[in-house]
Amino acid sequence: MTVAAPLDVEALRKDFPLLTRRVHDRPIVYLDSASSALQPQVVINAMANYYETTHANVHRGVYATAEESTHLYENARLVVGRFIGAPDPAHEIVFSKNTTESINLVAHTWARANLKAGDRVLLTEMEHHANLVPWLMLADEIGLEVRHIPVDGEGRLDLDDLSNLVAGAKLVGLSAMSNVLGTINPVAEIAAVAHSAGAVVLVDGAQLVPHVPIDVQALGADFLAFSGHKMMGPTGIGVLWARRELLTAMPPFLGGGGMILDVKLDSFRPAAPPARFEAGTPPIAEAVGLSTAVDYLRGIGMDRIRAHERELTAYALGRLDDKLGGDCRIFGPPAGDDRGGVISLAYRDIHAHDLAQVLDQFGVCVRPGHHCAKPLMRKLGVQATARASLSLFSDERDIEVLIEGLVEAGRLFG
Amino acid sequence: MTSGDFDDLYREIILDHYRSPRNRGELESPPAHRVEGFNPLCGDEVVISLLVEDDRLADLKIGGSGCSISQSSASLMSSAVKGKSLDEVRELIHTFKGMMSIHEALLGKDGEADEPQAIDFDRLGELAALQGVVKFPVRIKCATLSWIALAQGLDEVAAGVS
Repeated sequence: MTVAAPLDVEALRKDFPLLTRRVHDRPIVYLDSASSALQPQVVINAMANYYETTHANVHRGVYATAEESTHLYENARLVVGRFIGAPDPAHEIVFSKNTTESINLVAHTWARANLKAGDRVLLTEMEHHANLVPWLMLADEIGLEVRHIPVDGEGRLDLDDLSNLVAGAKLVGLSAMSNVLGTINPVAEIAAVAHSAGAVVLVDGAQLVPHVPIDVQALGADFLAFSGHKMMGPTGIGVLWARRELLTAMPPFLGGGGMILDVKLDSFRPAAPPARFEAGTPPIAEAVGLSTAVDYLRGIGMDRIRAHERELTAYALGRLDDKLGGDCRIFGPPAGDDRGGVISLAYRDIHAHDLAQVLDQFGVCVRPGHHCAKPLMRKLGVQATARASLSLFSDERDIEVLIEGLVEAGRLFG
Repeated sequence: MTSGDFDDLYREIILDHYRSPRNRGELESPPAHRVEGFNPLCGDEVVISLLVEDDRLADLKIGGSGCSISQSSASLMSSAVKGKSLDEVRELIHTFKGMMSIHEALLGKDGEADEPQAIDFDRLGELAALQGVVKFPVRIKCATLSWIALAQGLDEVAAGVS
């Protein structure tokens, strides 16, 4: 096994203009990448350059800039597809608005065409609302049975009863990495069981794809949904990867321009994927930004990013325990192969909103609340947590300021 | 380390009501009316039991859990409205909400700066301690949670909902 060369965090930090900002007269400490990542200057420049030199609608005009625009947009599909190991990126990458829309697309198209009353959908207790509510909406409409793989005391999926839960399921939907616990789930293992039971596997990759090297084929996913803005691209663009044969058999999602072969007053014929699922003018500048972000991440190396964040997660968990001890409750598994850089914590009995407000005074950006995972919060027995999430530019100083802020919150509310 | 705005947010009286909330608990329902308020963004919740007798808010108790701002606001509210006539309570709700929307009031109808809405701070008493919240717009929903629930509860009682 080769050891990835460590990141030069000091140099990388210079790539992010927002990190030069001061908040309340202190340097910003950005620990909210799980919510939305920051953009390196190259992404911002690429989007500005696109608008300044190239912008035109795609798949329409024949003039030079329209050709270039179309090329940039379609090339983004290839860049993003290769990044996740898609075997046929030109046909398998659908651009959406975000992870949420990607999952809703599957629920509206594949699921409506393939599921009927009484069919079982298996999710997990640690899902984000984005992978819960679309299925509950569909269940209300057509009468699905929705079940869940439980979460154990350490914040991992409890797979003891998996074969029973999977039996008869038509779809297994799970997060590859929890946005609350940081747990990296054994997707390949679960997908193998799901496939042998005849189920299709939908993976919410919003948290994993930006931080861990992945290969959709090794993952065993049939659908993979993720967002541009969590991987240093812009907001407003998300991705759905799906196996080509699944996409080809799926009915359209939104109707409109760009998704048709032919339209008559009384009928239409849909285009082939991916155009079939991209009605209307797509997020072109955002695709340019996203492909630039992917190039940026690849340039650094996902294995090095993962190694850095893994090491810093271990440091953070250790330091929080050393400095705050039993006053600080950290959710999720201990640092290791199955733990990403998402650190949800409760400090004494101080509400997460109050913690975050005090941390803001230190320039520290964390996310307080239920993280769009209310069923999981109930399971953990908390109303809200404060969540610090790491990025390739995070370092030990960020963790020290976080701890400094928590100590001050303890003093204020003690 | 703290700025003036921050100190205004977490005034001592707010921290005191957070640490030692007044009128905590629940009243037997019926005869009391029970109303819940949720802040869907952060999961804070408040449960108010209110007992209306002869057009007075004879008693109320506060349950639920949440951040220091939502819980202290509920506690301060309970002290301020308990025993008051329903007209006085509604007037206070109106005044409090006015204080919490002071920025909107300042913007005026067409976005131009307008004369500030007159807020009767004397009438608010201790509740005026919560005015620092308006500098933190995200937290306004925390401060108004219990007040919106109380207004809803009074409406339900008036409409005969049990």
